[in-house]
This record gives sequence, structure tokens and C-alpha cells, in this order.
Amino acid sequence: MKTKALIVGLAATLWTGTALAQTELTMWYHGAGNEVESAIINQIVDDFNGSQSEWSVVLQSFPQASYNDSVVAAALAGDLPDIIDVDGPVMPNWAWSGYMQPLKIDEGRIESFLPGPRGYWDGQLYSIGLWDAAVALYARQSTIDMLGLRTPTLEEPWSGDEFMDALAAAQASGEFEYALDLGMAWTGEWYPYAFSPFLQSFGGDIVDRSGYKTAEGALNGDAALAFGEWWQSLFMNGYVPGTSQDPADRDRGFIEGKYAFGWNGNWAAVAHMAEVDDMLFLPAPDFGNGPKIGAASWQFGISASSKNPEGAAAFIEFAIQDQYLAAFSDGIGLIPSTPSAAEMTENYQAGGALEVFFGLSEAQAVLRPVTPGYVVAAKVFEKALADIANGADVADTLDAATDEINADIERNGGYGH
Amino acid sequence: MAVIDPANHGLRLATRYTVLILIAAIFVLPLLFMVMSSLKPTEQLLNDTSSLRAFLPVGDISLQNYYDAFDRAPIGLFVFNSLLVTVVTVSLSLLLCSLAAFSFTFLKWRGKGLILSITLATLIIPFETIAIPLLLLVSKLPWIGLEGFRIGWLNSYHVQIVPWIADALTIFLFVQYFKDLPEELVEAARVAGASWWQVYLRVVMPLSGPVIATGAILKSLKMYNEQYLWPLIVVQQESYRPIMVGLGYFFQLQVAWGEVMAYLSLITVPVLVFYLMLQRAFIASIASTGVKG
Repeated sequence: MKTKALIVGLAATLWTGTALAQTELTMWYHGAGNEVESAIINQIVDDFNGSQSEWSVVLQSFPQASYNDSVVAAALAGDLPDIIDVDGPVMPNWAWSGYMQPLKIDEGRIESFLPGPRGYWDGQLYSIGLWDAAVALYARQSTIDMLGLRTPTLEEPWSGDEFMDALAAAQASGEFEYALDLGMAWTGEWYPYAFSPFLQSFGGDIVDRSGYKTAEGALNGDAALAFGEWWQSLFMNGYVPGTSQDPADRDRGFIEGKYAFGWNGNWAAVAHMAEVDDMLFLPAPDFGNGPKIGAASWQFGISASSKNPEGAAAFIEFAIQDQYLAAFSDGIGLIPSTPSAAEMTENYQAGGALEVFFGLSEAQAVLRPVTPGYVVAAKVFEKALADIANGADVADTLDAATDEINADIERNGGYGH
Repeated sequence: MAVIDPANHGLRLATRYTVLILIAAIFVLPLLFMVMSSLKPTEQLLNDTSSLRAFLPVGDISLQNYYDAFDRAPIGLFVFNSLLVTVVTVSLSLLLCSLAAFSFTFLKWRGKGLILSITLATLIIPFETIAIPLLLLVSKLPWIGLEGFRIGWLNSYHVQIVPWIADALTIFLFVQYFKDLPEELVEAARVAGASWWQVYLRVVMPLSGPVIATGAILKSLKMYNEQYLWPLIVVQQESYRPIMVGLGYFFQLQVAWGEVMAYLSLITVPVLVFYLMLQRAFIASIASTGVKG
């Protein structure tokens, strides 16, 4: 009798233990040091772990500045976690490099997502983002009125000429140190993210997207040359501060009235609205091929080495609920990926202070080139723009950049295109 | 016979002090800026950068940045990790490198000159060039520790320590210093029957205070201040992160410059204390070895 009871007890213990034992999923995230972001992502992880008994996500956060290097190093060492987050334009490179595997989730769940947060490469979904980011032309209503300018709208943005007239008027007014702040102090990904849409609006691009085999014609064709001349003229005419811009001016210059206009992201909008009463967020100007802004931000995906991709996918599907999209938006000001989540937010709902950014993302956003070679091309593009801003010959610089990108594509066997 | 003109002497003295003060200001002002900025709200800090107010404790002064910095990142943990890695690495490095230098200087063995040359040649190889091969190596190495046996050194203290124990610069410092020691001392000890180990422990090392201090300071500064790339690629867990990787916690979309300055001020304190403790020995050793950091 005693033995029977013992066996029953042991079996019960084992059964309970099995039921309670969740398989551990490791996850890396880029938001270390951001208290609000950390709180939200931790909440999602806690909610997921408590919502089912099969999986348990363990989160490790990294400083954003070093996150990509940590992932690449871990991939080399065979030490990647199950779930990683990845910057949208970098995803094709990580997928092509074998760091990520396709994300198997119900794609019906992401039909209503903005295009930017959907991470497709080679015809397959690899990553999905809980938010998007957008850039707008920051302005004051009082400045627009003072200069006698038309207020551009999504339906009728400024043409390139109107934009240049606005800059000339601002400069001539003598009220500002510079007519426009492009954020030259923000180096790195800001350059291709914020400035390549101008190039696209002129009709050029960083690479030829028809096959992603070359930058020839896209980065050094007539449209690109026109863009380059225009870009250089901004600096030569003294409309914008150059590459040596003080980062402090980038943060505070528009607010303090040094600049008439600013080219800045939605993440800085709330801080600006707090200090500028008549803040306006205007659409990008149209240089002939439509007004364009950049798209895609951080997204979740599954590492190629994950032994539990179904668990990782289950977490990602759990994380893309509207309530979490809205929480991130309310917490850190980013654009929620779906209209329904936008309606749940303070700033992006109909009539909200930042609603315009959702419209901008929907109407003007263009993904950066969806190719593994983007990570190299982006750096080449950044250097070319800085050189042109500093007075380098436009045609020579764009030709050299084109050659460098082409050489990289060739070295890497076309990057799988 | 030249006569010293008191007026001329005073002018020269004033000129000399002016130059010295200007040079000192170049080194002191950044530190002053860092500490003063750590006491100001970010908005005021940025506004003050264009004037001398940047170096003065004026305006809205408080310790709020320090409170916020501690909220944002586990600063105590990062400082502890860096100090632990630094102290253990420096201690083992001084032992190993002095032993190597002792062998290069006093022992006679075939190929000694060639091995020393090869060792010193590693000084010209930047760490970045060997970082990836080293990463691949340590990720496959076995280790037996308190947690038992495991393959791979990633996410540990020892992966931040072991690769840095032996270094050519410290060996070179010891070799240079040992060469200047009176040979008679070593010979006398050997004649008196001392083993090489006894010579090292009882004769050579007790006379090597200045070079030990120099080696300790140079190595400590390198380990404490410059450890960024290596821990970045071999340590993924926050619990093992050192201070330099921790600095990244403060660079968000909107950089909290006041907190950055507070963090930098905090992590600079151990370095300053350490330097002030060993200042005399450091200067003495630089004078004797002719090496500066």
C-alpha cells in the first residue's frame, strides 16, 4: 500500500513537474538603458510567460550602439539566442548571412501593418516590427506666416522649387542662423535613412532596385547628379549647417530659433511640441518623383540557430498585439504598426498631435534598399554625402561611390539576388 | 659677467607660469567640464557649452543626473566588474610578465633573442586584427570553474582576463628595468647558492618597485579605460559587462548628456584615486625607463 502511494505520489510529482517546466527561449533586445522601453518589453515577456505553460522567454538587453556588433560576434561564435531584434534595413543582410530563419507566423495577423514594419527578404517574412518611424519637416506656423508661405499638406506637398524658395526666404529674413537643420551631426544610419529619400524623390537611388546587381545609373545617373548638385547647393548657399554641426545644436537649435526648419523624426516630436507652441510637422517636398521619407525600424525575428522556432514565433505573434503596439507608441513616441493600435494611442489616434506621422508613413514611406548589400552601400552613401557637403566634386564622388558599391556586390557574388 | 636683472627674472617667471597654466588648463578643463556638466540639467548643459559657464557650477545645480544615471544602468555592477577584471588581470600580468622578463634577462637558453624579438613584434599588431580569431578560439575552449565543466568561455570573467594577462609592453618594461640592475647582485646570490626562483623572489623583485608600479598603472588604465571591443563581442550577459560597454546605456535617441557626464565622473573616480596613490612611483619609473604611456 505504502509502495503504491509512493508510486502514485512520484508520478503526480513528475507530471506536475513536466507540466510546469517551460522550455527556455533566449531573446536579445537593443533597448538597454531605455527605462520606458525596457519596462514595456519586460511586461510583454512577463505576460507571454504567464499566458502559457510551454515556453519561457528570458530577455537580455544590449545598448543600441553596440547591439549589431554583439549579434554578429555571437553569430560567428555560434552563440545566438532564439529571438533577436533587428533593424529593418539590416535584416536582409542577417538573413542572407545565415543569422536568421524565416518567421513562420500567421501572415493574416500582419495584413493591416504599415509596409515599413514588415520585414520581407527573398519572398519570405523574416521579421516584424511593433512600430515604424517617420521623418517630417519641422516648422512653426509663425515662421510659415512670417515668410508668407503656403502650408504644404500630404495631398499637396511643396514642390522642390517651393521648398528652395522657402529656404531662401528664411535665410533672407535674417531671423535665423540657418534656414534648415538637416541633422548633419547625426552620423551613421541617419544619413541613408533621412537623406536617401531626397535622392529617390529626384528619381535616383542608392542601388538599382530592378535587380540589386548594380548602383550604376541609380547613384550616378542624371537624377542622382541633379540630387548631388542640389545637396551641395544647400551647403554652398549657407542654408544648412555642415558636417561639423554641434550635436547640441541638433538637439536644441530648432527649439531655440536658430533654424527656421528642421528635418527630424517622430521620436523627437513630443519634446519639440513641449517647447514650441505652434509646432508643425510638414510632409517631405516633391522633387519630381513624389515626396519620399524613409521607413522601417526595429523588428523581431528568429535566429537561424534557434532550436525552438515555433516557440520563438509564438512569442512574436503574442508581442504584435495592438495593446503592445500602443504601449510602445505611448511610451517612446513611435508610430504604431496598425491603424487599430494607432487609435488606442494618445498621439496617433484621429485628431492626435502626431497623427500626421502615421499619414506620412502610409503615404510617403519608402523602404531602404532591401538587399544584404545595404549595410555596405549605406556607409558608402553616407561618406559620399558628407564629401559632397564638404565641397567634393559631385560627379566624381557619386561615380566613386557607385564603383565601391558595385565592387562590394561583385565581391559577394551578387548577394543572392 | 652676466647680471640677473630682477625685473627680467620676474617677467620670465610670469611667462613660464602663464605657459604652464595654459598647458595645465588643456588637461584640467575637460575634467572640469565633465564634473560641472554632471550637475546641470541637459538643457542647461547644452546651452552652457558655448560660454565659460560650461566650466562653472552655475545655474540649476543638483545631483539629479547621478540619481537618474543609477536608475538607468547598474553602475555599481559595471564598476565592480571592471575593477575585478582589472585587479586580477594586472596582478597575474605583473607576475607572468616579470617572470618572462627575468628569463629573457638573466637565464641563458637557445633562441632567447629570437623569442624576445617575436614577443616585442606583437606590439605592432592592432588588437582589432586578432579579435575575431580570438573570439572563435575562446568560444570553443573548455573551462572548469565553480559551475563545473563547460565548453566555451563566453559570458564570463575569465574570458575578459586570460587573453590580457601576457603582453609585450609589460614584458619589455621589465626587461629594460632588469637590464639596468647591477649584475653583481644576481651573481652574488647565485654564488651564495640561491636558486633562480630565489633570485627572482628575494633579489630582483624587491628592487623592482618602480617598474612594477609603472606596469601596474599602464595595464590598469588599459584594462579599466579601454576595454570595449573585446567585452562587447564575448560578453552578452549584463552581469559581466564592464564600464565602457555600460556607457552605451546612456546613448538613446535623445542623449541624456547630463547623465553621461555623471556616469563618466563616477567611473573616473577609481582611476584618479589609483593614479594619485601611485603617482610618485609612476613618475620615478618613467624617469628611469624612459617609457611613457
